[in-house]
Amino acid sequence: MENLMPFTLPLLSLLIWVPIVGGVMTLALGHRPDASRWFALFIALASLVLSVQLYQSFDSSQVAMQFVERHDWIPSYKINYALGVDGISVALIGLTSLTTVLVIIGAWTSITQRVHQYLASFLILQGVMVGVFCALDAMLFYVFFEAMLIPMFIIIGVWGGPRRVYASIKFFLYTFLGSIFMLIGLIYLYLKSGSFALADWRSLQLTMPEQTWLFFAFLIAFAVKVPMFPVHTWLPDAHVEAPTGGSVILAAIMLKIGGYGFVRFSVPILPDASDHWAWLIVALSLIAVIYIGLVALVQDDMKKLIAYSSIAHMGFVTLGIFIGLALVRTLDHPAGAQLGLQGAMVQMISHGFISGAMFSCVGVLYDRMHTRMIRDYGGVVNTMPWFATFFVFFAMANCGLPGTSGFVGEFMVILAAFQRSPLIAFGAATTLVLGAAYTLWLVKRVVFGKVANKHVAELQDMNLREVVVLGTFAIGVLLVGVYPKPLTDLMGSAVSQLSTEMAVSKLPR
Amino acid sequence: MPTLADLLPLRPELAVLAGACLLLLIDMFASGRERLLLFWTALATLGIAAGLVVLNGGFAGAETTKAFNGMFVRDLAGDVLKFTILVVSAFACVYARTYLADRNLSRGAFHILLMFAVLGMMLLVSAGSLVTLYLGLELLALSSYALVALNRDSAIGSEAAMKYFVLGSLSSGMLLYGMSMVYGATGALDLAAIHAVAGNAQDHTMLMFGVAFLVVGIAFKFGAAPFHMWLPDVYQGAPTNVTVFIGSAPKLAAFGLAYRLLEAGAGPLAAHWQPMLAWLAVLSLAIGNLFALVQTSLKRMLAYSTISHVGFLFLGLSNATPTGYAAAMFYAISYALMATAAFASLIVLSSRGHDAEDIDDLRGLNARNPWLALLVLLVMASLAGVPPFLGFWAKLAVLRAALDANMLWLAIVGAVFAVIGAFYYLRVIKVMYFDAPAEKPAAQIHDDGDLRWMLSFNALLLLALGLAWNPIMAWCMQAFGA
Repeated sequence: MENLMPFTLPLLSLLIWVPIVGGVMTLALGHRPDASRWFALFIALASLVLSVQLYQSFDSSQVAMQFVERHDWIPSYKINYALGVDGISVALIGLTSLTTVLVIIGAWTSITQRVHQYLASFLILQGVMVGVFCALDAMLFYVFFEAMLIPMFIIIGVWGGPRRVYASIKFFLYTFLGSIFMLIGLIYLYLKSGSFALADWRSLQLTMPEQTWLFFAFLIAFAVKVPMFPVHTWLPDAHVEAPTGGSVILAAIMLKIGGYGFVRFSVPILPDASDHWAWLIVALSLIAVIYIGLVALVQDDMKKLIAYSSIAHMGFVTLGIFIGLALVRTLDHPAGAQLGLQGAMVQMISHGFISGAMFSCVGVLYDRMHTRMIRDYGGVVNTMPWFATFFVFFAMANCGLPGTSGFVGEFMVILAAFQRSPLIAFGAATTLVLGAAYTLWLVKRVVFGKVANKHVAELQDMNLREVVVLGTFAIGVLLVGVYPKPLTDLMGSAVSQLSTEMAVSKLPR
Repeated sequence: MPTLADLLPLRPELAVLAGACLLLLIDMFASGRERLLLFWTALATLGIAAGLVVLNGGFAGAETTKAFNGMFVRDLAGDVLKFTILVVSAFACVYARTYLADRNLSRGAFHILLMFAVLGMMLLVSAGSLVTLYLGLELLALSSYALVALNRDSAIGSEAAMKYFVLGSLSSGMLLYGMSMVYGATGALDLAAIHAVAGNAQDHTMLMFGVAFLVVGIAFKFGAAPFHMWLPDVYQGAPTNVTVFIGSAPKLAAFGLAYRLLEAGAGPLAAHWQPMLAWLAVLSLAIGNLFALVQTSLKRMLAYSTISHVGFLFLGLSNATPTGYAAAMFYAISYALMATAAFASLIVLSSRGHDAEDIDDLRGLNARNPWLALLVLLVMASLAGVPPFLGFWAKLAVLRAALDANMLWLAIVGAVFAVIGAFYYLRVIKVMYFDAPAEKPAAQIHDDGDLRWMLSFNALLLLALGLAWNPIMAWCMQAFGA
């Protein structure tokens, strides 16, 4: 096939290495905070331009990976520097670049200590996360997957809240434990197939016992990242203690890496074991939606509430992926499977916008009041009308109001679930009630009512910088909510490819 | 009479010997400022020897040559080990310069003993018979005992040296006992001959008995649990510049010892010694990691972490195939480079009156000296096995070796302990980055000249090699024909 790319720059490598090198250079601007802010913003904007370029030159009608780069890296172990993207990756890369820009703008005045190190951590993190989304070699994927830990560890630990040490170490060890089992699985697949190329693994035949233990090795890694019940307990701690930017990146992008791992590794490489254990994932997802939703209801810390709501919403991602698998395998219903997968992917992007926005909202309040406790607020609408407008809007999106992005993904997943079993759909649909309950109650207590105390009375409304951050998130939420077609088109061929692959058994005949 | 053909493969060893003699002479006559000459002579000797290793075919992988009727074997595996031993020892020399000068420790003794230790290691890794092997080992051991006692006024140093000497002699005794059994069973001292006889023998009882003692001796020299008791005390008690040396290069030599004895000699009995190494690996991983968790002294914590790293190395050795040996050698090289940097960071924090050794000495380092903190961060991340640093790839190689040998359980044990191990390395990062510095930190930062450059080079090397580790791995694999 002819190369349709309008230019031959290694676009994906640039998307990975521009932020990383930029981050290292930001470190060198240590003693001049303003210079490092502008420089970091410049690098982040440059990456955003690159990802826009990626989106424009991406051909969503093709099934094959695009912008492929392949170089020998470690020939002794047959590890390649292999990059490539499909629609799902492009969407997530765009989300990553956009969020990093907003995080850097958001930190402009709220971070005053060691500014250069803060910004450098985020830039390096951005490059590494983009690397996760475009690695076509399993070992390269793993390197990026793990390299995220150190910058995030530093971000939570240095600029975090009072219990930051506990939260950062818990975050690191949970993720490290999860991924090291995946490493053993990767080595096993390498010894079996003689290569680390994901494309080779997709056609590899594996017996059911092999698939089963590999499935669980991958499950631990990705379940911790998503996070799924019962390995979610690191998330509330990490979110609560992390600085605003850290929470935004964690919620908006890092959690997506778990979902991305399922569609890149578990489902296409181990379809039979995934099908066999789909009931487990579906059950855990429903527990996340219902039980964690109830847990969110009783939180008195805003960030913790949003963290739990993140877990509940990510339940839809895993539910959509594995409902799709069950549909295509047991009911031979590929259209339904595509609906579920598509819903899961849209939910990933949408949750990226909404959770990022919600955490930014809390950040706006925290910068002024230095407390996250709900009881310290009340009647904020009287002093901060603009802020209240945005906050209510994002809260509505979080409950899945039609017309916002939150509705689209969840509705698709519920529709797909209904085709499998009305009972599962019913369980998933409780989120509409629970989500509305905890979010609206939060809004009621924080925003509405009488001015609670003199601190609230002295609040200043948002400045231009904050309006830009929240406004951008709002545009994203509205665009996906009102007109999701560009997004679903972008991911369409990747999703249909995945649904055909899921149907094929990899058991040796 | 030795012929020229015999002596040619020994050129690097002869160079080190000549250097050692030259150092003895200089030490006799030089005084005051000229003592810097000792440092440069030592460095030049190591450099020349490394050059001669390369000239002998270290990189090109020239044919294996034997000298002195097979007593001495020059092959690629030996060359790789010699080259890395020389490089790491040169690192140790550079790190030691300021430390020795600040404390008025005998520079002559340090450099001379280091040279002899290096010579012992080089003989050891090229040994073709049990005699040469033991000769090299003892030369290394005796020099190391004396090095640990370098600071004569330090009670804890003398105690460490004594402990090292007693337990080291015990392990040499074990090894010698095992060797005598092997000799009795095969009637040969030559490793190749032992290999041949062992391969044909019907009854392995006597040989097995000997091999069990050999394994114990090897475990002692490595410091693998449960034969690790000497290690934390010795590492802690020795002057830090000596710890840099004995914590790194001898691990490479110990790998050479294990490879020569177990593969070149007792190779046909692999099925018997494999499980022994596997259990030693499990014990070392468990004891090393769990004890490291509770240490407050960084030096001691790193010593216990050494034990856990030895456990990982044994994961590769117990595979007993060329891939496994290559993985273990890769691990030994990586570990040696990490250990020099880790212990050297303590040198940087030490000053005349205060020897930094507690984790608390690193408190708030990021606020005091961000560059140094970043370097220590790189080293700790590498030791913890976080990609893309060199330490991760070493772990990948040995885990692969374990899976290759169908020891999934062993790989899982290794993985679990890697996570536990990560915790105490993280604690160091936490202290440096998350905590505020003390009001009046006891540890002055000795961040000048060569120390700074050397540590920067060493730590960045871990990152650079982590991004491009193929040459080293290819070299290791070529050495064993993998």
